[in-house]
Formats: sequence, C-alpha cells, structure tokens
Amino acid sequence: MDTPKRILVACGTAIATSTVVAKGIEEILKERGIQVITRQCKASEVRSLAGDADLIVTTTPVPSDLGVPVIQTLAFLTGIGKEEVIEQIISELQK
Amino acid sequence: MSKIIAELLQPSCVLLNRTYENSEEIIQAVGAELYKAGFVKETFAQAAIEREKNLPTGLPLAGGLNAAIPHTEIEHVIKPALGLVTLTKEVNFQNMVSPSESVPVRMVFVLALEQPKAQIEMLQEIASVLQNPELVKRLLEATTFEKAIEELRQ
Repeated sequence: MDTPKRILVACGTAIATSTVVAKGIEEILKERGIQVITRQCKASEVRSLAGDADLIVTTTPVPSDLGVPVIQTLAFLTGIGKEEVIEQIISELQK
Repeated sequence: MSKIIAELLQPSCVLLNRTYENSEEIIQAVGAELYKAGFVKETFAQAAIEREKNLPTGLPLAGGLNAAIPHTEIEHVIKPALGLVTLTKEVNFQNMVSPSESVPVRMVFVLALEQPKAQIEMLQEIASVLQNPELVKRLLEATTFEKAIEELRQ
C-alpha cells in the first residue's frame, strides 16, 4: 500500500475554518479511496511545517515560495467551486 | 438540520435586522452580549476585532447574500457559544482568502470557540448553512429569535 499523502491545512487560528476543511478533505478523499493524513496549522506556522507536507490547502494567504504546492480555497466553507477544488487536490496528490 | 447551532446560539446574542456602520461595531455588539452572558472574557471582542484586521473572515456565498464568521483565539473564551447578526444594510468585511477584496455581508456568525476538535460538528453545520442560499435568505427574513431557531432546526 502506498504511504498516505500528507496535507497541511492552514487558516488563521487553526481552530475554526481549517477544522472544516481538514474534515471535508478527509471524508471526500476517503470516498474516492485515497488515504491522506491532514494536519491543521495557523497561517503563521506554514513555513516551518511545509517541509513535512505533500500539499498545502489554505483558507488564508500563505507565502508562495514554500516549495510545496499550495491550493487557496474557500470551497469547503462556501461550497462554491468545490468539485473543481477536489479534482485539483487529487491531481496534485497524484503528481 | 442545524441542531448544534440552534443549541449554541444565545438569545441575547442573536441580533436580527440590525444596522451597523462597520465590522468593528458588529463584533463589539455581539462580544459585549457574549461577555454579559458569561461565555467569553472581556478581552474577546477586542481580540476578535484585531484578528479580523489581520486575518479577515468575509465569505462570498453562492446566493450573493454573503457572510462573515469572526472568531479569535481560544484563550478569550470561557465556554463555547455562538452569536448571530443579520443586517438590514450590507457591511463590508474583507475576504478571508483574498484580504484586499471587500465582501459586502448581510449575516455574521460570531464564533466563541474553546477548542478545535470538539466543535467540528458545529463548524460543519455553519458551513452547511452558508452553502444553503435558501436558508440564508430565510434567516435574513427572520425577525425573532424563535423564528431564526425554527429555520435552523428545519
């Protein structure tokens, strides 16, 4: 079995929006048979934690020079563009 | 169905059909009620206002009636609660993912969160309210706490 991919989920305080996003990603990817490990963090912690992640999904701006693909999205909160974002996440994980 | 939201919303912290000039006034008003009701510390409102400046919470929604979800660090919270404000006139918040953009908002959920994982169901319920333009519209039409709760429970 492949090693699960690691997704770092960032928001402002790491308590509210990233919780919804992390749970949303886990549930949807599980349905698609993709195992992932999510970790929540504050936007200010992203730089120090980016090295351990395969992908960063964030609801607040983060630096762009982290060396890890970043997806900025509100789709897990607002529902707008959710399908596209899920496809984008899956395609990044498959790279 | 938004059972947990309905339970966590405090009657005194649900301010319907109000008019405010800016986001600070809204957070201040709800923060004062949450403090009076014993759910947050006196520092909550100011902390949430400061956080909103640096890490805004405006969310453009599908129906065009937008929302914001101000909140702050858990150290300012005593026990979990929710406040809700509906606005007769749009108030600008900045976009969470793109802070240079303004989002004219009609509905504000103020979140008093005590710890992350325990509140996952409540947070998911809020997301599902935000994703339901019909429900957002009905909440904006509600003029009493009872009516707002009834809409959330349906």
